[in-house]
Amino acid sequence: MLNISNLHVNVEGKEILKGLNLDVKAGEVHAIMGPNGSGKSTLAHVLSGRDGYQVTEGTVRFEGKNLLELAPEERAREGVFLAFQYPVEIPGVNNAYLLKAALNAIRKHRGLEELDAIEFMALVKDKVALVQLKEDLLTRSVNEGFSGGEKKRNEIFQMAVLEPKLAILDETDSGLDIDALKIVAEGVNALRSPDRSMIMITHYQRLLNYIEPDYVHVLADGQIIKSGGKELALELEKRGYDWVREEAA
Amino acid sequence: MSTKQQDVESLVGKEYEAGFITDVETDTVPPGLSEDVIRLISTKKEEPEWLLEWRLKAYRHWLTMTEPTWPNVHYPPIDFQAISYYSAPKSKEDGPKSLDEVDPKLLETYDKLGIPLREQEMLAGVAVDAVFDSVSVATTFKEKLADAGVIFGSFSEAVKNHPELVNQYLGSVVPAADNYYAALNSAVFTDGSFCYIPKGVRCPMELSTYFRINASNTGQFERTLIIADEGSHVSYLEGCTAPMRDENQLHAAVVELVALDDAEIKYSTVQNWYPGDEKGVGGIYNFVTKRADCRGKNAKVSWTQVETGSAITWKYPSCILRGDNSVGEFYSVALTNNYQQADTGTKMIHLGKNTRSTIISKGISAGRAQNAYRGLVKITKNADDSRNFTQCDSLLIGDRCGAHTFPYIEVKNNTAQVEHEASTSKIDEDQLFYCVQRGISEEDAVNMIVNGFCKEVFKELPMEFAVEAQKLLAVSLEGAVG
Repeated sequence: MLNISNLHVNVEGKEILKGLNLDVKAGEVHAIMGPNGSGKSTLAHVLSGRDGYQVTEGTVRFEGKNLLELAPEERAREGVFLAFQYPVEIPGVNNAYLLKAALNAIRKHRGLEELDAIEFMALVKDKVALVQLKEDLLTRSVNEGFSGGEKKRNEIFQMAVLEPKLAILDETDSGLDIDALKIVAEGVNALRSPDRSMIMITHYQRLLNYIEPDYVHVLADGQIIKSGGKELALELEKRGYDWVREEAA
Repeated sequence: MSTKQQDVESLVGKEYEAGFITDVETDTVPPGLSEDVIRLISTKKEEPEWLLEWRLKAYRHWLTMTEPTWPNVHYPPIDFQAISYYSAPKSKEDGPKSLDEVDPKLLETYDKLGIPLREQEMLAGVAVDAVFDSVSVATTFKEKLADAGVIFGSFSEAVKNHPELVNQYLGSVVPAADNYYAALNSAVFTDGSFCYIPKGVRCPMELSTYFRINASNTGQFERTLIIADEGSHVSYLEGCTAPMRDENQLHAAVVELVALDDAEIKYSTVQNWYPGDEKGVGGIYNFVTKRADCRGKNAKVSWTQVETGSAITWKYPSCILRGDNSVGEFYSVALTNNYQQADTGTKMIHLGKNTRSTIISKGISAGRAQNAYRGLVKITKNADDSRNFTQCDSLLIGDRCGAHTFPYIEVKNNTAQVEHEASTSKIDEDQLFYCVQRGISEEDAVNMIVNGFCKEVFKELPMEFAVEAQKLLAVSLEGAVG
């Protein structure tokens, strides 16, 4: 599904990712953990095509395609979804309207019929229950006046509607209380499937209690320095990151 | 492809879709302006003597005036002698009685613009008084309006059929000598729309006029007069497009609205005149005087405008809040792209007690365009307990355009409340990225964000106009990112 090889990325002339390697197969859930400033969010942004990230070396292949050559909207249409750490507010733009436009852009790209408003709302009704999002949030402006938890649930709701092949969850647990975290995790778990991969970026092991990853990677100083199963996360929780660094050095 | 600022700019620049010229024989007066030309216009239109005198008086006053230079717009001097002041489609000579008699070429023009009159006749609710150049060629729904006692038609017809109303109200809101372009209009206006809603009548449909400039080098001088008698209600829609042309065309319209006791007028405009090409060549000069007089108590006038066209726009739809408890509203979206210039806003003159006004202005600049909001809120000494709320937001796309705000506030009564909020922002890259990450193209994302920015104004527009307005913004912004 996704193959990242020797990826080097500069931000404003400073090298943030320094030869990152990662291989994600269909249906797998990978957790990427690491201390602040290790390059976790940079990875999320560079995969989704955000501006301002300069790839100096390495390759990223997504289903055999060179992902780095694609515009961000093309990546999205190919099935790359980013659940934002800080979902932005867009005043005056109806939440459902944005999502319908997004879904139809993706469907069109895949050669499917575009959905009309009635078909779209029928689809949405099911998905909205998945993350227990209040239906009136659908007709409000995108994320405007949403609570922190509602914003994150809205991201997972969008993911449920857009049905990506690769979902990148950037600190989806940050700012959530335990109840909200459970709801979000249940939503994510319901979306796990043999043909959908996920990359979860997180600071804390807590999220992994609710969404069990197949693999855990430690990202430090721009490289993945250790990989393991879910038990690695528990160990990190107990011992911190320093021992991994020392081991890797 | 990326969401960089310079890329955002290159998305601004889509060819004008309404650019074509209809081949219709015209009856055009040679260029030039003199008392003889004014007499000729008046004769051709078979006007009464008093109206000719009114025109001549306006002309003589105009000769003593100088062109205003205070707006924040720049253009080469206009040669008023190079303009032809009268042009009428030939078909008018035979006087079409129904759409079937209208020159098929004209109908074709409207069809290209998406204004199929035939369909509109069937689509319930909208009466169209279509102005092609200077003479009305087709009026629909007359009978239904006549049943309600509403008088709606061309200005020329009103002069013939209701001279007493025209005589009473013409120039009573915008005097002939009001300003340079209003005086010019008063001297040479050729046609426009007239509407009278009798006492207590709620106009049974939205009234709509499509203006169109067609004959080469013909300045259009429209005159619109709407009178809402006591307790009446009317919603009037005005929409415009013009064919592509190289030379600048002057358009100096005057619109006068009179609202008597408890009357309400809602006046909505979608303006899409040719803005000039992406290098700034050609385009319409739109120097318009629009003013409403809330003459009676509890009267209400609401101006809503979406301005995307014209090379230069100079326009301040205003309300004189004369009657106690009268209400004035101004909702505006002005979008300028490429080399367009707009200096637009409103004046709210509070004369009566307990009068209220609301101003919501949204200015969008892209390319090398300059967009200015200029507004006056004046509370006079007798206007006890009057209130104004002004919100003025500017959105910039790219870094070569400009937004300017010139608010003037004069308060002579200490019981008044005046609020002014203003903001200027650039199109937000986080918002843009959020949309494209969902699979939406940058162009659609910009449209979506800009439409969201304008939502407060669009919701004031009648439904069919709101749809048209959104399409217009999309067309005007195409090429702004990419």
